[in-house]
Amino acid sequence: MHQSILVFRNYLYLKWALLVVAVAIGLYVLHDPAYGVANGGTWLGYGLGTIGALLIVWLMWFGIRKRRYGAASLSVEDWLSAHVYLGLALIFVATLHTGFQFGWNVHTLAYALMIFVIGSGVFGLVAYLRVPDLMTRNRGGATLDQILQDIAELDAQCRDMAMSLGDKINQIVLHAAEDTVIGGSFRQQLSGRDADCPTIAANRQLQDLAASASTAQSENLRGLIALMARKEELVRRARRDVRYKALLDVWLYIHVPISFALLAALATHIVAVFFYW
Amino acid sequence: MGEHFKVAIVGSGPGGLSAAGHAAVTGVSHVLLEQTDHLSDTIYKYQKGKLVMATPDILPLRSDMSFAMGIREDILQTWDDEAAKHVVNVRYKAEVTAISGSKGDFTLTLGNGDTLTCEFVIFAIGLQGNLRKMGVEGEDREWIQYQLDDPDEYADETIVVVGAGDAAIENAVALSKQNNVVIVNRRDEFARAKQGNNSLITAAIEKGELECLYSASPLRVEDDGIILKTPQGETKVACNRVIARLGAIPPRKFVESCGIEFPSDDPAALPELSGEYESNVPGLYIIGALAGYPLIKQAMNQGYEVVEYIQGNHVKPADEPLLEEKFRNLPGNPPVDEVIAHIQDSVPLLAGLTTLQLREFLIDSDVHTPTKGDIVFERNDYTNSFFSIVDGGVDIQVNPDDPSVTVGLGQGAFFGEMGLLSGRRRTATVLASQPSLLIETPRRTMIKLINSVEAVKRVMDEVAVGRQIQTYIAPGIPMEELEELIHAVQVEEFDQGDVLFREGDAGDCLYLIQRGSVTVSREIGGKESVISYVAAGNYVGEMALISNAPRSATIKAAVPVEALRLDGEKFQQLMERNPSVRELMEEKYRGRMLENIESTKQPQAGGIIQFLVEQGLGEATDVLLIDEALCVRCDNCEKACAETHFGQSRLNREAGPTYESIHVPTSCRHCEHPHCMVDCPPDALRRNPNGEVYVSDSCIGCGNCERNCPYGVIHMAAPQPKKPGLLQWLLFGRGPGPGQPDAEWLAAHGKGGAKKAVKCDMCKDIEGGASCVRACPTGAALRVNPSEFFKIVSQGR
Repeated sequence: MHQSILVFRNYLYLKWALLVVAVAIGLYVLHDPAYGVANGGTWLGYGLGTIGALLIVWLMWFGIRKRRYGAASLSVEDWLSAHVYLGLALIFVATLHTGFQFGWNVHTLAYALMIFVIGSGVFGLVAYLRVPDLMTRNRGGATLDQILQDIAELDAQCRDMAMSLGDKINQIVLHAAEDTVIGGSFRQQLSGRDADCPTIAANRQLQDLAASASTAQSENLRGLIALMARKEELVRRARRDVRYKALLDVWLYIHVPISFALLAALATHIVAVFFYW
Repeated sequence: MGEHFKVAIVGSGPGGLSAAGHAAVTGVSHVLLEQTDHLSDTIYKYQKGKLVMATPDILPLRSDMSFAMGIREDILQTWDDEAAKHVVNVRYKAEVTAISGSKGDFTLTLGNGDTLTCEFVIFAIGLQGNLRKMGVEGEDREWIQYQLDDPDEYADETIVVVGAGDAAIENAVALSKQNNVVIVNRRDEFARAKQGNNSLITAAIEKGELECLYSASPLRVEDDGIILKTPQGETKVACNRVIARLGAIPPRKFVESCGIEFPSDDPAALPELSGEYESNVPGLYIIGALAGYPLIKQAMNQGYEVVEYIQGNHVKPADEPLLEEKFRNLPGNPPVDEVIAHIQDSVPLLAGLTTLQLREFLIDSDVHTPTKGDIVFERNDYTNSFFSIVDGGVDIQVNPDDPSVTVGLGQGAFFGEMGLLSGRRRTATVLASQPSLLIETPRRTMIKLINSVEAVKRVMDEVAVGRQIQTYIAPGIPMEELEELIHAVQVEEFDQGDVLFREGDAGDCLYLIQRGSVTVSREIGGKESVISYVAAGNYVGEMALISNAPRSATIKAAVPVEALRLDGEKFQQLMERNPSVRELMEEKYRGRMLENIESTKQPQAGGIIQFLVEQGLGEATDVLLIDEALCVRCDNCEKACAETHFGQSRLNREAGPTYESIHVPTSCRHCEHPHCMVDCPPDALRRNPNGEVYVSDSCIGCGNCERNCPYGVIHMAAPQPKKPGLLQWLLFGRGPGPGQPDAEWLAAHGKGGAKKAVKCDMCKDIEGGASCVRACPTGAALRVNPSEFFKIVSQGR
């Protein structure tokens, strides 16, 4: 129906970013540094460093702008599209700024943090582009709340049906109803699976019981198995939904704190450079 | 020969009693004739403990008897006491059977044969002696009643209350305490009732205390129930009792026997009176409901005034200062009477109103005096007021591409009715063509008038039909040329889902959609698929008329629709005479052909249109949609909404249905005929010229709009305090974060605070437009006008 942030405004911000990259590379190629060694201390090095530092501050300002609601300038979509492209352009600007001189020092730490932040941002970008569609299809028009409600309803139905089927089956059904976890730990959320899921286990156990039971008994079990299978399907769907939501959110827990670390490292880098000048 | 008085007052209702009180206080010899054994029988017959309202609030009371909102018993007691204090000469059980004679020498004959003479007669008999019946088969069965004294007499019955006025509402609500009550309302809202009763009935319906059938009317009465005509067809409601409260009509025979003439045969017609309430019989005055003044306060003021007039004092009516204020800016500062008489003379539409109705109408309206070239309103404005031209004239720019093409309207004409009927944007810009005097009337007052004065509705419909045909179908064709076609037009109403015509039917007419919208569908691969959507102000059915082939598609009402049915043959004749109309039709025809071909290529588009129409977009003007293929579920839209509106989000992103990747969140659609406006006591729901429907500061927090909104997008909330700035939160953790509620404040004020209605106002006061859309980082949220959106969809994304 309409476009993603990459295609936004007919690639306007990509064009800006390409211009920045082209100028940086062009100058780097044309530049003839003293002693023939490219480094951050030449006029080009200082120039690229200043641009890079300003870009970092500007990129981080996105966090503020996003929360400044009702501001009358550009829309957040403009900002995000520019954030993505200029963030990627920063790799070129900063790398050329280093003159490919790396070492075990605070300067390279800042560079490494920056690459890490950009990397997490690329992860986020991919997630933003892919996950919404998967999430929509997985939900099939329902909300997570509705899916959870349906699960609760199926639980109640299962327990009703198990009433007449003996203690063992009641135990299985009760365990599936009370101990099935959707969400759970960070790892569980991200994996979208639960190896010890009582619902999946119950389904398997009920099927085994039906196979070994007499014809009359398995007849009774069949209805319960159908319900439990439906519940398992919904549980899996709910877990996938949680997983997708986690994928959309998880990278921000890296992207944002590390960018603050980057800001600190950057400040240190700048102070150090000028102090030892 | 009986006694002689200066004034005989017939009827001791509020009007008569007030007149008698004033006569007593000013020492005029008088007699107050009451046919029962108590004062003010109409109020006496009100339900026990009824709260009597003192509307219109804005009107001051002028009487020697006091009156304020209160309980029936208290009011009657006060009047009894004051009548005694002022020494009012009342004669009870004195029914007047005949009046003869003339000014200065009237003779009144009473029921017991007594006679008395007087110089002046004040008729204050009201209407309640002559109740209106349902007018259907079986209306006189013994379990059908037209009045109700004490609702507590009935218990455990199923009772159908017919009517939507104050009496019907009060009866229905009181009966519902012990009975199963169904109230039958002919219209889709309770527009004629007083504001307080409006809230009462909507609350009762909301709580499920009684059931309401809207747009329903009685067809006939059977042995065990009543048959109703409803939008869904005929329905029978089995019941023990029917209480029809349909008001009353003048006791015409008796009134005419006194020599008083009625202007028409309409049973609801009222006698014509002078500005001082004198009838065509000199010396015989009429006040109160029979004079067209049904409210207690109005009648009491008249009682006072009429005694003054009889004594030769030409006092000004009580609402005079309000009108003086309205007319203050008129050139020459003419007196109010003169302005009103002038309005009545110059605007035929308003000529049918009684002076009092007109005065009330004017109190609600605004008076404008534009000079030549001043813009009254502009094309695409979303205002919905109605204008009458008292003096001067206006030019309507009928061609949006060429402002120099105008049609003039002169004194007495009216305009702005199309917006009122269709609920859509203004179709043309209107400017004053000379110094003019215009009256601008708000939507609600106009709807009330249309609902209560049949003649106004008729005249408006007639003119509107012609204007719509001229605007949408035959631009530039003079009205005379269209007369034959207009004459044959029928206004047809369709309920949601009704078929206007079916694919394969013979085409004998053209439909112009006046209100609502329709879907166009065709059978594709054995399945009916929606191919497009047509909004009000457009027509359907021209293809069959041009090609003389059967209908190529099925047309269904997406929401309740009012359509003008134009006769096919007459329309074809018009096209033959006017090639320009034919050209326009053929252009449309080619467009629709292309659309049909496109639609077969885009089968999924039909599904989307169908889905959106089911979500009520057929009556929306601007709706928030979310492309779920882009939405990253960050809820920044909700946060933006809350942050720009006192901490209250007016949208719920996740709620609402989804089709393919289009999600319709719970958020206001700014309907063409907003449901929320229907029962707003302070008229707080307004529409901006840009189309936004918003809640103004006058909201009293009654919750009617929340109940009336079928989309659940209005809620009641108290505004939260201002938060500390964003950087303060970011750096020092002060206050709640963006989009988060103020938990401390909520804990302290959450419940029981003064709540007001809260709904999307499309960020009308924020530069740059809707915050939700502007805050969406991925461009998933978009606000669209449905008809434009449907066009995009059916042309394939």
